[in-house]
Amino acid sequence: MAVTVKIPTQLRSAAGGETEIEVELDGATVGEVLDALFERFGELRGRITEDGSLRRFVNVYVGGEDIRFGDGLDTSVPDGGEVTILPAVAGG
Amino acid sequence: MSPSGPEVIRQIRASVDEVDPADVRAELSANGTVLVDVREEQEWNVGHIPGAQHVPRGYLESRIEAAVPDRDTHVVLYCASGQRSALAAHTLTELLGYRHVRSMNGGITLWKDRGYDVEVPHALSAEQRERYSRHLLIPEIGAEGQQKLLDAKVLLLGAGGLGSPTALYLAAAGVGTIGIVDNDVVDLSNLQRQVIHNTPRIGTPKVDSAEEAIHELNPDVKVVKYPVRLDASNVMEILEGNDVIVDGLDNFPTRYLINDASVRLGTPVVSASILGFDGQLSVFAPGDGPCYRCLYPVPPPAELAPSCGANGVLGVLPGTMGLLQATEVVKLIVGAGEPLIGRLLLYEALGATFTELKVRRDPACPICSRDPKEISDEETGVFPDYEAFCAAAG
Repeated sequence: MAVTVKIPTQLRSAAGGETEIEVELDGATVGEVLDALFERFGELRGRITEDGSLRRFVNVYVGGEDIRFGDGLDTSVPDGGEVTILPAVAGG
Repeated sequence: MSPSGPEVIRQIRASVDEVDPADVRAELSANGTVLVDVREEQEWNVGHIPGAQHVPRGYLESRIEAAVPDRDTHVVLYCASGQRSALAAHTLTELLGYRHVRSMNGGITLWKDRGYDVEVPHALSAEQRERYSRHLLIPEIGAEGQQKLLDAKVLLLGAGGLGSPTALYLAAAGVGTIGIVDNDVVDLSNLQRQVIHNTPRIGTPKVDSAEEAIHELNPDVKVVKYPVRLDASNVMEILEGNDVIVDGLDNFPTRYLINDASVRLGTPVVSASILGFDGQLSVFAPGDGPCYRCLYPVPPPAELAPSCGANGVLGVLPGTMGLLQATEVVKLIVGAGEPLIGRLLLYEALGATFTELKVRRDPACPICSRDPKEISDEETGVFPDYEAFCAAAG
């Protein structure tokens, strides 16, 4: 299936400068989507995860819902779904 | 030959039941008598009897049923002296079938002479009616909403990229008191986006520069200046007494600090942040929705928090995000629409896309899951190891 991943400003340099990345994968969870993303952009792995878990300051949303309030990395992602990666920003 | 005007008035007054102000006053506190002021709007605005309804005599037939639907209600009408109210009482009784209508003898003039209470409403001046005429034309704001804006106190944290456009539009909208917290001076590099400042005011404290611009735009607005840096020792005192807080801060520690203080005070925060071509916006309303810590439980480390050093931003972006903030502020004050509570709006300028994300209240939130009264000064704005954090960021 194909999933769109939205990349925030802070991580774009590690993702080929893209704001959105289409990921093709066989799996169906956020963890599997991120693994497919890291295969293409290895530098992102350490920026988003730590020892296989999400870093605490990174929010991830599937279809607008925060996965912290779902099943974490096991949250399922539908075909054609949208995953948003979002760290806090303090600029004003 | 037709009778003269004064003769008609005399005859009508003779046929209408009249009542003394002292009896009206006693009845009002005792039972369901409805008091109706039939004078013109400008007379009403100067002062009227507390609890009275206002139906100008010229609109009597068209509006009285909205004010007094039941024709068996005991109604007392008054005007300035008792003449117009007698004529109006005649109309209600003879033409509209109201059964218990009386006119107050001597009108509000005699009422005042007796020393009874008069309520003086806030009323827009002729100049204000002109200045805010486009607000008065939209029912979601109108005269009532405009008065709320004029009575409102809004505190802007930062007179920078976000605070500049927010301050200008809130001032233009007639927000009566705008507090500004900023200890910086205007720098040439600010002017690419901080539109409340200008080239001649480079080197001026931002609070003074902003005050000058606001007063030139709208002398109705009172500006309260705080040329200080917010910290745990002053945050509660500065935030207290405001209706809405607008967060356009440029660093994480102060964002956590004002979040915690606003939860303790129960004051809503309209929060935005910007970086590069991306903006974020949400409304944190204590009690009604999540707080900033529910959304971001911990701040990012230095390499992902490009807020301590110099970072680029599209100059127009804080304009877009600041005006979305100003819009939420106005909505909160007048009570219109659906505020952005429990929702995070992302704007990505390069792709020209908006994304809406849900923000849930965290039942384990270290701040807003607790009784606000139990949160101490020592716990407010606790932020792990900030000095090391910024040192690492360079």
